[in-house]
Amino acid sequence: MPKPAGASAVEPRAELFPHGADVGIRGVGPTCDTAFEQAALALTSVVTDPTRIASEEAVEVTCEAPDHAYLLLDWLNALIYEMAVRRVVFGRFAVSIEGNRLDGWAWGEPVDRKRHRPAVEPKGATLTALKVGIRDDGAWVAQCVVDV
Amino acid sequence: MRVLAVLYGDEGLIAEMDNKVLEQIGNVACLPGIVDAAYTMPDAHWGYGFPIGGVAAFDPDLGGVVSAGGVGFDISCGVRTLLTGLKRQDLEPREEALAHGLSRAIPAGVGSTGKIVLDESEMDRMLEGGARWAVGQGYGRAEDLDRIEERGCIPGARPEAVSHRARHRQREEMGTLGSGNHYLEVQEVTAISDETIAAAFGLARGDVVVSIHCGSRGLGHQIGTEFLREMALAAPAHGITLPDLELACAPIRSDIGQRYLGAMRAGINCALANRQILTHLARREFAYFFPETSLPVLFDVSHNTCKEEEHEIAGESRSLFVHRKGATRAFGAGHPDLPAAFANTGQPVFIGGSMGTPSAIMIGPASLPEHAFASSCHGAGRRLSRHQALKQWRGRQVVDGLRKRGIIVKSPSMRGVAEEAPGAYKDSTAVVEAAHLAGLSRKVATLEPLICIKG
Repeated sequence: MPKPAGASAVEPRAELFPHGADVGIRGVGPTCDTAFEQAALALTSVVTDPTRIASEEAVEVTCEAPDHAYLLLDWLNALIYEMAVRRVVFGRFAVSIEGNRLDGWAWGEPVDRKRHRPAVEPKGATLTALKVGIRDDGAWVAQCVVDV
Repeated sequence: MRVLAVLYGDEGLIAEMDNKVLEQIGNVACLPGIVDAAYTMPDAHWGYGFPIGGVAAFDPDLGGVVSAGGVGFDISCGVRTLLTGLKRQDLEPREEALAHGLSRAIPAGVGSTGKIVLDESEMDRMLEGGARWAVGQGYGRAEDLDRIEERGCIPGARPEAVSHRARHRQREEMGTLGSGNHYLEVQEVTAISDETIAAAFGLARGDVVVSIHCGSRGLGHQIGTEFLREMALAAPAHGITLPDLELACAPIRSDIGQRYLGAMRAGINCALANRQILTHLARREFAYFFPETSLPVLFDVSHNTCKEEEHEIAGESRSLFVHRKGATRAFGAGHPDLPAAFANTGQPVFIGGSMGTPSAIMIGPASLPEHAFASSCHGAGRRLSRHQALKQWRGRQVVDGLRKRGIIVKSPSMRGVAEEAPGAYKDSTAVVEAAHLAGLSRKVATLEPLICIKG
């Protein structure tokens, strides 16, 4: 089956990378949308194991920014805000980016300390190591450092 | 660079510093209106924009800037230490019960909420009043305010500059500890380096004290998030070329600069109110087990701030905006802004350790002028990232190991404990020694943890 235009064969994945006092999060995927979804999963993995989270409630997030890097910053900070005020954790994400506008959904459930064993609350996504782009292998990468 | 970058530390500490520290402080030295030098404290480590342990001052008359990145997300994070009047042996029979009681009384960890929910008008009063507001609400005593920087309330807060989102994030978080490296610790004074000053502070070997390390919670995080973005995007319009986006800043004399200062000061007041409420909660718990205790405040110092201060530069007194990110103000004896209790000694400076390594109480220099805009270090800094720590330790193993050393750790998250394992932090001893030898602050007492409440 032919690949959709602009998509690579890379498997989507969420990664953490080291930073002195805080933590770096990275989403990798065949499209910009999936890289953003995976970056959100990486954000959750800073807090808890995303596979332990049920999709009980959905939250819609919309952002507009001057470029994709700021769009990633806004997407992650919107999720941090929703997690903080709703006291939930998210385990599943869907993102659609058109130009410099993002329409996203996050599914999750209220924090359950026994089941989720949350480690730390993210304070904010930072501009440090902030990058959205395509690697040589065609994979989209979306990353930054999160203050915890 | 517009000014020199000056690094404090001994040979070992400076050799250990990440190259990123040098890069970051070099970038800070390039910012408009910077005065004298950009400094790093002996505990400096890689931050975002500014290094943690970075100090820089800016002159508004020279086009100086205020930087949201130079303060950080946890506005006015700091340490408050309380005296208990108890000795270690007084604590021992009820130590386990006290640890359990404190872990139930102090809201800590991800998703925790306080019992105080503020409506919009009360939120405004808190943001303007800080610890004074909290005392007015019955959380503490009037004399507490004499032992807090700015007497518990920094002027110039602008609640209207704090967004709806920041307020919403704080609504249920008053009187909460947070997570990460924040803690409430019951500690023992195990060594005294300066008997005279220790006596003036009410400290003696074997004494039990309580230290609270936390900040402005979700409100400060959201203010930092919003202004960092706004300042980074507005920098070109202000003619500012940022060597690192995270150094996002704006001229002090600009609309955004003034709005940030107003919001950031509201964040400082939020942190002071938060530590005041936590003090009240700790006092209530101690009173249950030790009715004779009143837990007076020794002092409350912040280490993530930008404050307008008078400093002498080349013989001339100038009003500067001093950024301390992971650095503690250390006013020396005779400084006009010191509370009366410390006018002749200098102010207490608190250096945080970890769950298993010592903390320290220091004091500002013996005479004026101080170094590095009257600043000193704030903690040891991490040796390993959270990721590395998680690979090396398990939470239960850390808790059991510390228990064998007589330290009780209470936390809702074993993963959080593993990430905060003592081995993930540098030993603060070398940092304290370097600050002492450099004259940034002087050693007074060493504190070892007995009970640690972690988020």
